[in-house]
Amino acid sequence: MSSTNIDIRHVAKLARLALSDDEVALYGAQLENLLVHVAELEKLPTADVVATAQVIPSRNVERDDVNTPSLPRALVLAGAPQAEGVYFRVPRIIAEEG
Amino acid sequence: MGPLDRSAAALARAVSARELTASEVAEAMLTRVGERNPALGAYLSVTAEHARAAARRVDERIAAGESLPLAGVPLAVKDNMCLAGTRTTAASRILEGWIAPYTATAVQRCLDAGAIPIGKANLDEFAMGSSCENSALGITRNPWDQTRVPGGSSGGSVAAVAGGLATIGLGSDTGGSIREPAAFCGVVGFKPTYGRVSRYGLIAFASSLDQIGPIARTVEDAALVYDAMAGKDPADATSLDLAVEATAGFDRDDLRGVRIGIVAEFDLARLEDDVAAVYRAAYADLARLGAELVDVSLPTADYGLATYYLIAPAECSSNLARFDGVRYGLRVEGDDVGAMYEATRAAGFGPEVKRRILIGTHALSSGYYDAYYVRAQKARTLIANDFARAFERCDAIASPAAASPAFPFNAKSDPYSMYLMDYYTIPMSLAGLPALSVPCGYVTPPGSAHPLPLGLALTTPLFAERSLLSFAHVYERGTMHAERYAPPVLTEVPG
Repeated sequence: MSSTNIDIRHVAKLARLALSDDEVALYGAQLENLLVHVAELEKLPTADVVATAQVIPSRNVERDDVNTPSLPRALVLAGAPQAEGVYFRVPRIIAEEG
Repeated sequence: MGPLDRSAAALARAVSARELTASEVAEAMLTRVGERNPALGAYLSVTAEHARAAARRVDERIAAGESLPLAGVPLAVKDNMCLAGTRTTAASRILEGWIAPYTATAVQRCLDAGAIPIGKANLDEFAMGSSCENSALGITRNPWDQTRVPGGSSGGSVAAVAGGLATIGLGSDTGGSIREPAAFCGVVGFKPTYGRVSRYGLIAFASSLDQIGPIARTVEDAALVYDAMAGKDPADATSLDLAVEATAGFDRDDLRGVRIGIVAEFDLARLEDDVAAVYRAAYADLARLGAELVDVSLPTADYGLATYYLIAPAECSSNLARFDGVRYGLRVEGDDVGAMYEATRAAGFGPEVKRRILIGTHALSSGYYDAYYVRAQKARTLIANDFARAFERCDAIASPAAASPAFPFNAKSDPYSMYLMDYYTIPMSLAGLPALSVPCGYVTPPGSAHPLPLGLALTTPLFAERSLLSFAHVYERGTMHAERYAPPVLTEVPG
């Protein structure tokens, strides 16, 4: 947690978020400020502490493997930006061979 | 008192006794919402047809001899919860036109108990914020002072209940998003134990913290809503498979035999003098009502903010990956699928959501995961352990629900100053504990024409909702703060 220099463009790429140059400057500074604040966690003795996985006592939740009705396909596709037939329509993903 | 200003309990009794019909209540409330909502902005959309249809069903069930705990009670639903056939936006451009294809379990259970869905209430975008100012779709004003924020993120549901535009509301609380706005608007806001209420149909923000809870004008009403909603739901694997005790019948007249912890680290001297005086008086009232006040310590509570602002953004960055322009909401075209994702998310998310996605993505990224995310989850364990030790010495903890009354619009322009608003509510969220805010007094800050409410937070051990609500009920009945003043919007606006 020592360095607070964020490569904000790299993080934005990982997050699939296009940022303008102004946003890179703004969010970069705000995130570095936040990381200064969260660095105080280094003061806590956490070496022998178990990380919280869940806050309530609960074991694996299982159910019988039986089919139950799903939402009607047409209803779900009606909420999509683009649908075609029984599919979500997306831009081309695999490039044509050049 | 007209039916619209009665408690949910009284209104449900009157409708069940057929003194008035749910349809009459629904029509009267829709008329009032038409008059008042343009000024208050509590609702992003008014669901008149759903309200009328639900009211007709309630009237049929009452005519058939059923008795319903929320019969004819007008309900505000935070707009991050699905109600089939309604626009459900999370107050985000990315979902602005999306129609929910199904109904959230918590909402459905309220409808099954007789509630009437009046509208979908405003919130900070994806529930990220403490003032409702992060909504991309509208401004919500505090019914006590319309130059001030209602709090957030459940600001719309809370403003609706405080402003007489609903009798009860549903909010969601991730780091304080029910309790802080309830304090700011002078109503009761209750976050149950994590897992008590199904999250099915709640648009996810931070899944290990998100919890739906009731907003109401009395503790009894909050208990009625909780009793209707709580319990196992097969559609949410994290919902608890534990028997839910009815909480709404209160069996206690005082707090004799109850030990209430006062947290040493929550030093009231850090607050403004008038605010601190209200909290000192509230603690004294708990003692006057019979409680034994004991000092407790939460040594790691001060690390709550840092812990939360790693864990919640990390979970948010993962949950919000689903908004990619493919399955729902906005799409902005690009040259290829990657450019389409990036352009859609750039156009669809507001600044606070982008900030949190970036923080969370960084905290989870290769090389930083152990230093940030894992360390925060270890700090979370220490915070939960602090509460467990404190509860060896007391039955409940009393603390401020917020450091101040509602603040003016645009007063917290720096993101971190807004994050500080959650200081008193985040530790309980990290530990999964049941907690609520109940009105505890008023202050009149310079420049405010009216007294503004403050809220007392009460917290109990995991699953101790029944104790929590009964303690709060005794405090509420023993102090009657909500009866001292009413929001000006209730007395100045006709209807």
